[in-house]
Parts: sequence; C-alpha cells; structure tokens
Amino acid sequence: MKLNIKDRIFFLWHAPCFLYRDSYPVVINITITMGVNMSLVLENVTKIVEGQTWVSNINMTLEPGSFNVLLGRTLAGKTTLMRLMAGLDKPSEGRIIMNGADVTGKPVRERNLSMVYQQFINYPNLSVFENIASPLRLARMSEKEIKERVYETAKMLRIEPFLNRLPLELSGGQQQRTAMARALVKDAELILFDEPLVNLDYKLREELREELRSLFRQRNCIAVYATTEPNEALALSGNTAVLHEGRLLQHGKTAEVYHRPTSIETAVMFSEPPMNIVKSKVTESEVTFDETVHFQLNKDLNHLTPGMYNLGVRASHIGLVPHADDDLELPVTVDLAEISGSETFLHVRNDHLSLVLHLPGVHEYAVDEKITIYFPTHKLYAFDLQGQLIHAPARISGV
Amino acid sequence: MNKIENNKAWFLVLPVFVLVAFSAIIPLMTVVNYSVQDVFDTNTRYFVGTEWFKAILNDAALQSALMKQFMFSFTTLSIEIPLGIGIALLMPKRGMAASLCLVLIALPLLIPLNVVGTIWQIFTRSDIGLMGWSLREMGVAYNISRNPVDAWATIILMDVWHWTPLIALLCYSGLRSIPEAYYQAARIDRASRWAIFRYIQLPKLTNVLIIGILLRFMDSFMIYAEPFVLTGGGPGSSTTFLSQALTTMAIGQFDVGPAAAFSIIYFLIILAVSWVFYTTIMNMQKEK
Amino acid sequence: MAEIVLNALAHTYSRKPNAPQDYAIRQMNQVWEQGGAYALLGPSGCGKSTLLNIISGLLEPSDGEILFDGVKVNSLPPEERNIAQVFQFPVIYDTMTVFDNLAFPLRNMKTPAHLIQSKVHEIADILELSPLLHKKAKNLTADEKQKVSMGRGLVRDNVSAILFDEPLTVIDPQLKWKLRRKLKQIHDQFNITMIYVTHDQLEAATFADKIAVMYEGQIVQFGSPHELFENPKHTFVGYFIGSPGMNFMNVQLEEQHFVFEDMKLKVPEKILDKIQHLPYESIKLGIRPEFVHVWDKKNDEAYEVDVIDSEDLGTYHIMTFKLRNQLLKARLHEDQRIPKHKAWISFPDQWLKVYVNEYLVEADDE
Repeated sequence: MKLNIKDRIFFLWHAPCFLYRDSYPVVINITITMGVNMSLVLENVTKIVEGQTWVSNINMTLEPGSFNVLLGRTLAGKTTLMRLMAGLDKPSEGRIIMNGADVTGKPVRERNLSMVYQQFINYPNLSVFENIASPLRLARMSEKEIKERVYETAKMLRIEPFLNRLPLELSGGQQQRTAMARALVKDAELILFDEPLVNLDYKLREELREELRSLFRQRNCIAVYATTEPNEALALSGNTAVLHEGRLLQHGKTAEVYHRPTSIETAVMFSEPPMNIVKSKVTESEVTFDETVHFQLNKDLNHLTPGMYNLGVRASHIGLVPHADDDLELPVTVDLAEISGSETFLHVRNDHLSLVLHLPGVHEYAVDEKITIYFPTHKLYAFDLQGQLIHAPARISGV
Repeated sequence: MNKIENNKAWFLVLPVFVLVAFSAIIPLMTVVNYSVQDVFDTNTRYFVGTEWFKAILNDAALQSALMKQFMFSFTTLSIEIPLGIGIALLMPKRGMAASLCLVLIALPLLIPLNVVGTIWQIFTRSDIGLMGWSLREMGVAYNISRNPVDAWATIILMDVWHWTPLIALLCYSGLRSIPEAYYQAARIDRASRWAIFRYIQLPKLTNVLIIGILLRFMDSFMIYAEPFVLTGGGPGSSTTFLSQALTTMAIGQFDVGPAAAFSIIYFLIILAVSWVFYTTIMNMQKEK
Repeated sequence: MAEIVLNALAHTYSRKPNAPQDYAIRQMNQVWEQGGAYALLGPSGCGKSTLLNIISGLLEPSDGEILFDGVKVNSLPPEERNIAQVFQFPVIYDTMTVFDNLAFPLRNMKTPAHLIQSKVHEIADILELSPLLHKKAKNLTADEKQKVSMGRGLVRDNVSAILFDEPLTVIDPQLKWKLRRKLKQIHDQFNITMIYVTHDQLEAATFADKIAVMYEGQIVQFGSPHELFENPKHTFVGYFIGSPGMNFMNVQLEEQHFVFEDMKLKVPEKILDKIQHLPYESIKLGIRPEFVHVWDKKNDEAYEVDVIDSEDLGTYHIMTFKLRNQLLKARLHEDQRIPKHKAWISFPDQWLKVYVNEYLVEADDE
C-alpha cells in the first residue's frame, strides 16, 4: 500500500529528528485488524554481508500469541535476525513465512509490525499523546477511537499523567514507555523489541519487565524480544531462543531451555553467573576432576559410560555450608565477592579451577581470603567432550 | 537469487552514472579535445599534439602567475588557519552570546564574491573609502592602483576577512564536540592551557582542519572575482592570478586551444596538491 | 590522602530557594574517612552527581562547608585539591602513548625524568598495562583505557582521593568482574580514600565497604552492604536494594495493634513504646521477599493468601500473592514447592520492619 501525500509530509516533517533511517518509528501499518492470529516461520535463513556470515541457517517457528526472547551476547546475530523478521533486510538464503504465505521479499511497510529500540525513539516535537496516536492517525481511525485507544494504552503503561508533555520533558523510563505505547497501541501482528531496557536503571528495568510479561499474556500477537541478559529471559518467561555467533543453539520453553540445555554453549550462555564447567574423568566407580578431587559414582551419574566428560555445576548449587552429606569439601581462595544488594556472586579459585558461587544474601569477603566451599555431587550436568548434553539432574519442583 | 539482485542494483546506479557523465566527464573530455587541436573555425581544425602544453609551460607570464598564485594561497592559509583556530577558542561556549557571536562571525561568508570585491574597492578609495581616507589622513602613502605591495596586502586582507570565519566556524563546531570530562580530567592532571590545546583540542580539531585546509586551498587557488573587481589584476600584472590569466586567454583573446591546455594543467595542479596533502595527513595519522 | 568531611553542606541551583525541593543537595553531614572504600548509590536525579562535583571541586556548594583533613576547600578548584577522577567514558589523551598518558600529570608537575620512569613503570605493572606502554592510547580497548585513566590518578604520590563516576559503563559484561577485582586490590594496596558513584547496586556493594544511599538530595542511609540488605533505615533503601525490593504495607496504629485493612497485627512491645506518642503521617510495615515464610498448608501462625503468579528465575522462584488487596512477593528456593491458588504466609518478627514517616523505627537502639 502506498502512502498518500499527507502521510509523506508527516514523515518528511518529522524525519530530520532521527539520526538514521532504521530508527524511524515504524508506524507504517495501514490495516488494523482485531484478533490477529499470526504465525511466523523462518526456514534455513542465512544472512551474509560482505563475505561475513551474520546469521547462519536458522530454522525457527514462532507460535501465534507467543512471547519469544532472543538471548545472546553482542554480535550473536539478534538484531540481524530481528531485521530479517521485520523485512528491513532480506535474507541471503532461506524463506520467511508469515501465516503460511512467503513474505521473504516483502518490504517492511507492507507488514503489520511494530518495533521498539534501545534508544528512546519518539517524535520530539509531538506530545506524548500525539506520539502514541501517530500509527492510528496513519490508519485513518476515527478521532473518538484514537482517543480511547491512546488512553487505554497509556493507562496500561502508566504514562497517563504525561500525555500532554513532550517526550524530552520525561525521564528515560517514561520516554521508553511512550515508545512502547506507540508500538502497542495498534494491533500489530508482530512486535519486535531490540534490547529496549538496556539504557534504564535496573529498578526501572525490573518494573518494566514485569509489566511486559503481564501485558503480553493478554495479547494475541507474536512478540520477539532481544536481550543479552539471561535473567531478563527468565523473568519474561515464554520461549527463549539462544543465539551464539550467528547460530541458533536451542529454542523452546524458557524454563526447559534453562533446565535442560542441550549443549555446553547454551548452559554457559543461559545463566548468570555462567554455569561452572569442570573437566572430569568418569570410571566404573568414581569421578575425578582436575586430578585432585575424587568422589564415588552415585546413582545420578552411574549410567555414564567411563571416559572423559565436562561436568557442569550451577553457581547456585555450590554452597558455603554442605547441603548433602556427600558434598565435597574444597579449600579455595576468594577472587572477588560481587554483591548485588540481595545476593552475592563469589568468584573463587584453587590451583586447578576457577569457580563462581551464587549465594543468596550478602556475604562480604576480602580479596584473597581463604575459605571452604562445598561442591555438590548431585545436581550435576554431564556433557561429552563435543559439548552435547548426556545427563541433566532431575528437578524437584517447578516445570 | 543473489545474481538477480545484483543486476538490479547496477541498474539503479545508472542514473548517477549518467549524471556524473554529463556534469564532469563530458565537459572535461571537450576540454581535452580542444587542448590538442588548433581551431580556426567550426570546420577547420588541426591536430597539434602537445604543442599547446609546451607553449603554456614556457610562457613567462603564466609562470609568474602560477608563482603568485602559490604565494597567495600559502600566505592566506597561513594567516587564516591559526587566526580561525584562535577565534574559535575565544568564542563564548553557550547562551545568547554564543549565538550572537556565531551570526556576527558568519556574516562575511554570506556576501557574494563580486560584492566583496566591490566593498573593498570602495573601502580602499582615498576619497570616499573609510580605510583609504583614514590612511591618507594619517599620512600613509597608500594606493592600490599604483603600488603592488599595497595591492597585495589589500587582497590578502580581504581574503582573510572573507574566509577566516569559515575556519573559525569549523573549529568552533569541532571544539563543541569535546566532552566536558576531557577538560575536567586535564585540570585534575594540572595540564597547562597550552597542554590542553596541544593534547586535547588540537587532536580533536584535526579532522575539521583537514577539510578546512583543503577547501581553503582549492578556493584560494581559484580566486577570481574579488581581485578582478578590486584591482583588475594590476598594477601591471602584479595581482593577476591564474584564473584571471586563463579568462583573458580564453574569452578575451579567444585562444581556445592554449586555454584548454592551461585549464587541464590548472586542474591537475589542484588535484595533485590536494591529493599529496590529504595522503600525507592520513599517513601521519595512521602511523600514530 | 585525606579525610573528607561535609559539614552542614547543601546546594541549590536556584537563586532564591524557599522549599526543600529547590535543593539538589539538602543539608547533610557526612564523614568519608581516610583510606575508606565508599560508594554513593542512587537513582538518576537523586543528587549524586552534584555531590560528586562538589567533592571534586567543579562546583562550589551554596551552603555549608567541605573539609579536606580539616581544611575548608569550598572554593578550591580540582587541581588544588589533589584529587583524581575516573569518568564514565574513558578520558585519555588520544595522540599520546600509554606511557606518556601516565607520565602526563607528573610532567605537568615538573617531576624529574628518572622519577617519572620508575613511577610509571610501577603503576603500569600494578594495572597490568606494562606490555602496552608504547602503544598509542587511541588503539586500546575500553577497559584498558579506563585503567589508563585510573593510572593517571595513581602515579601522583600525594593524591588525597580518587573519585569514580560509573567507570564500568562501557566495559564488556564479561570483563566487568575482573576490573572490579582490580579496583578492590588497588584500594587495599594504596590505602587511598575512594568514592564510587553509581546507580547500580552491584557496582556499589561489590566495591564499597560502606555505601551512602542517596534519595531526593539526602543520604538516607550510610552503611555496609549487609546493613542495607538486612536493616534498611528508609523505605527507599528497602525498595532500591535487592531484587525484587522490599514489600510494604500501609497500616494504621489503633491502640495496641497495627491495622491492615481488616487484619490486626501485633506490634512488638519495644516498638510500641517508641511510636505510641509519635505524631505520624504514615506507618508502613516492610519485609524483604527473601524473609517471607510460605507454606502450602494451613498454619495457625500464617495468613491465607491468593497466589497470583509465580516466576521461575532459575536459581529461585518469585511468588506474587495477594494479602487482602495488597500485592506482595516472596522469594523461594528453587527446590521449594510453589503452592497453587492458595498459600499460607507469615512474617517473622525479626524481619518485619516498622517505618514511621518512611524512616525505620528500631527496637533495640536505646
């Protein structure tokens, strides 16, 4: 669908406010349909730019109404993948299928989607109300309906009191809420969030995360949310796709990916602090790691065929006091106690290994202090030397 | 699939090719064409090879015009660059004063070239011009149509007045982009005013200065309207610069062939000097 | 080296302040002891940057005084206070080598060349910059640049304090903890007063022995990370420290009880004595989600609540529940079963805090 003269003027008039083209508020949605029920499928999608593979051979199905987190470090390919989903870029290979129809070459303005960026992108010379209303105005909605929708969305995101202000008169959190409201006000089939909370204080992050989580429960669109933080993925729940160096490592229910990572890479990537990996030798009767520590093979691990393994242990499963009788006592030296208000990440080492402990509560230690820690012999993950999961501990509660 | 996309892309840049061809390549080729022929009328012309080039390079008048041209560009640049930096450093940083200052400084840039010449022509007249009259009253013998030194000094003064603001504005914007933290850190490190300039401000100005110097070199090397209006190239030929000599040859005497050869040499000189300057600076930066 | 004292210090940017809100820094007294590792923690707009600028000397306070080792320095510029500062974005001299960067402050003080040599090498060793000494500073990574800007402060013998302004903002997440460790080691080694300004509780609590939490231009609590967590002195500290923050319930005091909606809660005796005769605008009860006890069966001590939501955060669960009309959170161990629909919760006396007019009332500080 083409933009008419009035819309063009609207864009040109506001365009200079944005630094680069990609950060235009994507409001080019013309049809507004209620109760959309869209699915999105990526088939063997690859993007190569100047000989460098940015994402490679991605296969992914996003269910209607699902919330999907793309988790990966910087340059893992999250933004590239989102741009492909949005139609801002075209894949070098593969197809993108929406609702069963191939949309691979379809430009962004013909798709019904919204996008929220890292930077707080709003029309600086429009009031918050007009900012939120802008996609609806383009859709030729009646004034009455616009008003209703804007108020409803603003209320949901708690920016109702600021509707008459300009974006730059608001705090960072409120500005980002405005950008989110603009994305949410129309019934987009696909909403893309590219690390939207990264520039906010952590308290605001906590609050907005929770709001998003409950917001999308009632929505019937596909949401895709890119982040570098494992904790953000866990807090948003839904589904998580772990990306690493342009490859899709694992995609599934967030809790399942977290508790049953299929490879070491996922296990390390999807936990903060990262899962501790210890190279170990398993024999008929015992487990040895780093040639110094031995323990009897227990019933958790006795189905492992003898050989070399990488054992994974979660930072939160190592303790300062033993949790079970057969926990291993390890004397270590403190590298650093990182304290996050209500919890402590304790980095420790001995001659053979470096480990991280995740402890509830506040524990203050000096650098290089000598302490004893307790290493669990249950709750261990086992990966083969290629990094594939061989064994995951059974879970007591939850999913 | 990639192939098809690529072909389409080539098709899309075609308009640019056509545009560049019409705006640059075709006119340049006509000049090259003229420079190797002796043209009598539309039907009679002879191929002369490099003859015009030899003649031009051996022409004493043109050699002296070239020398004068280099001297002029060098002198104006070596005054305008430091002066522009100095003005930029002294300008107020924010508020009304900053805006006012910017407008005042930018004013000379808004005046058309031949108007600048006219203004200064009147300015230097000893009967009604402010400067000419004042100097005469003070007993200074000053006459731009008689004394070549006076003529030169006036033209350089005019150019400095006209173009220093450009350098000042470029530097001002460069200086504004330096975060406040740099100055704070320097104060804490007890850096002297000179050290702040040398190690914080100057490095941040390098890029705008390269652009400024290139622009000013090319512009000053092609100067035409102002001296033409102010002195007409005189007294004698003391302020006849290259472009004026070229115009006289091409339009005044209608020596199309030599003028074309002259244009090409002129163009190559500017290109060469700019290129040498640019690559030297870039290499210097890389080595660092 | 210096002890820094803020004496009845206040600052306002307005010419005619008439309300407390006009002050970016409200009147405060604070002592930063010589050799301490301190953090100044608060959300954006709480006044921490203003306070930092007053300490560094970029800003002259409008009221009160600031003393370095007992000497009033209100109007002394930064260069005369002998402080060093590390900024949010690395400030380095691009055109110089790492060596020249580190030597720069010494050269400005006309230090003899052989002393510069030895001092720069000593500091470069400590900061693990030795292999980079002859590299152009421009080509360093962000964490190396931050080390260089810190080094410029450390080379000077007589630095009285080092101020950090969110120095890890631009550092790769994977490298952050190593730099945090370096900072702590340097503090232990040099015994210099260090003040670290940040909005991030992790940065603050990891670095500092004592944290000053700022809110609306005031320091609402000054204490160790442990104290901030277990005994927040102000509701803001409870909310801001810990994720999720403290739960609060608005209550009324009626005779011997706190009344929360239709519930009556017992008031510990010692606290009752203290607040009975206090005029108050609000009383809040606060408890950290970590300390809420949760049962999945009826219990006489416990209140019945509706479970609204539960989140699996990997190493622990957050259960959101409704007590009457108030949403509260509890943090449960990953192995603990989360009750469905109905749960029974209780608040251990030890962890239930009473806040009158937003400030903690303590039972045992008579």
